[in-house]
Amino acid sequence: MLRYIYGKDLATYPVLQDSMHRDRAAQFAHRLKWDVTIDQNGWERDEYDAMNPLYVIWENADGTHGGSMRFLPTTEQTMVNDHFSNLLNGVDIRSPFIWECTRFVLGQGANSRVAAAMMLAGGELMRAFSLTHLLGVFDPRMVRIYSTIGASPEVLGSAGEGRDKISVGLWPFRPEDRLQVLKRAGLSSEISEHWFSRSFGHPIHALQKAA
Amino acid sequence: MKALELDTFLLALDQADALDQIQDLIVGLRDAFQVDHVVYHWVSADGEQYGFGTYDPRWAERYQERDYIRIDPVIIGCFQQFHPVDWRRLDWSSKAAREFRKEAVEYGVGNQGFSIPIRGPNGQLALFTASHSTDDASWDAFTARHQRDWILIAHYLNQKALDLEKGRTPEPVRALSPRETDALTYLGMGYSRGQVADLLKISEHTLRAYIESARFKLGALNTTHAVARATSEGLIIIGGAARAAPGGWPGRDDGKIPKSAAS
Repeated sequence: MLRYIYGKDLATYPVLQDSMHRDRAAQFAHRLKWDVTIDQNGWERDEYDAMNPLYVIWENADGTHGGSMRFLPTTEQTMVNDHFSNLLNGVDIRSPFIWECTRFVLGQGANSRVAAAMMLAGGELMRAFSLTHLLGVFDPRMVRIYSTIGASPEVLGSAGEGRDKISVGLWPFRPEDRLQVLKRAGLSSEISEHWFSRSFGHPIHALQKAA
Repeated sequence: MKALELDTFLLALDQADALDQIQDLIVGLRDAFQVDHVVYHWVSADGEQYGFGTYDPRWAERYQERDYIRIDPVIIGCFQQFHPVDWRRLDWSSKAAREFRKEAVEYGVGNQGFSIPIRGPNGQLALFTASHSTDDASWDAFTARHQRDWILIAHYLNQKALDLEKGRTPEPVRALSPRETDALTYLGMGYSRGQVADLLKISEHTLRAYIESARFKLGALNTTHAVARATSEGLIIIGGAARAAPGGWPGRDDGKIPKSAAS
């Protein structure tokens, strides 16, 4: 199931928190060999985790992490503006309608349905909170996966070579993507809204014109 | 709220140079949105608070006196979050919260509320709130219709409050990046978004993100407003006759960005 959890509440889900940070260590430090920090718990954790971000987490049936990503509003300090503005032609993106999405990761053995469920969650956030775009930092090899599940970002720029390669891209809010992503995730609209509402105690409003 | 009224509000907000002017602006918002109350509430990390709004002053006084900030589910629920919050989704289950709510309704706050939380610098929390007495369906319609405007107003209002805070140096107008400057310049010259995207060799989606970002930095309501702002602040220069001039203009034929426009 999908959970939307602020950083300040993450410790109330200790299994989820522990397995998420371990899966992040496996992905970013061990597989991709990015220059990230692993703490004494074996967790990959950075300064942005300390800024009380909003996490979207796929929880497996046994309560462990199946996939996740991390959101911060671009009106505050963000990883993209701190580290990747060179990939955006020096544009410092700031808008209450654009949130940054970083540390997209799939757990061990997660399938493409989990990836699709997370893209679905990104869309639900955009729909519910009048967002126009998500601004993402990701491993460029994910682009093929994003494309398969029907939610391709527009890659704005990439840096590094080989395993170090990292990309910045935009997911615009395209309401029409939702049907495709729901299908790929094998989920109904109702269950997605139910999960959202349970996390936020907040129903998604009818789509507003974002102009 | 009509776009024109919001425009007038933002213009007046921009010109405000004292905190007490914000009170009048908020009264204007209440009338324009036709809700019972509009409130801006600032809480600093050390618990210091102030605010502006249309609540009964006796309620504001009582709130302070009773230190309700410690039990108010709106403050507790919005603390450290950054998504818009409908009051019905907050936790009103404790006895203290239920009594607080009952009292708030008696003082005319209303049975519905919608708050935009903003996490400002140094642990500041700002809340921009509408409250009203109405049924759930009408309130859902109100928040769905106005969420976007409400988010913008919240951010601009908080920026102004931060700028006017005593002893604080206002942040300089955020510089536009060259790409944002180019985008606004071309739009100001009358090009369509599609044409501007082509000129800048980016997609329309990316262009839209650049425009969103530029207009937020300019405190603008929409693209037209952003272009006007950028022009009046000298951030962009639009050669009025350039488009109509025969033979193009520098950079036109080789597709490069004209230097004069990008400066």
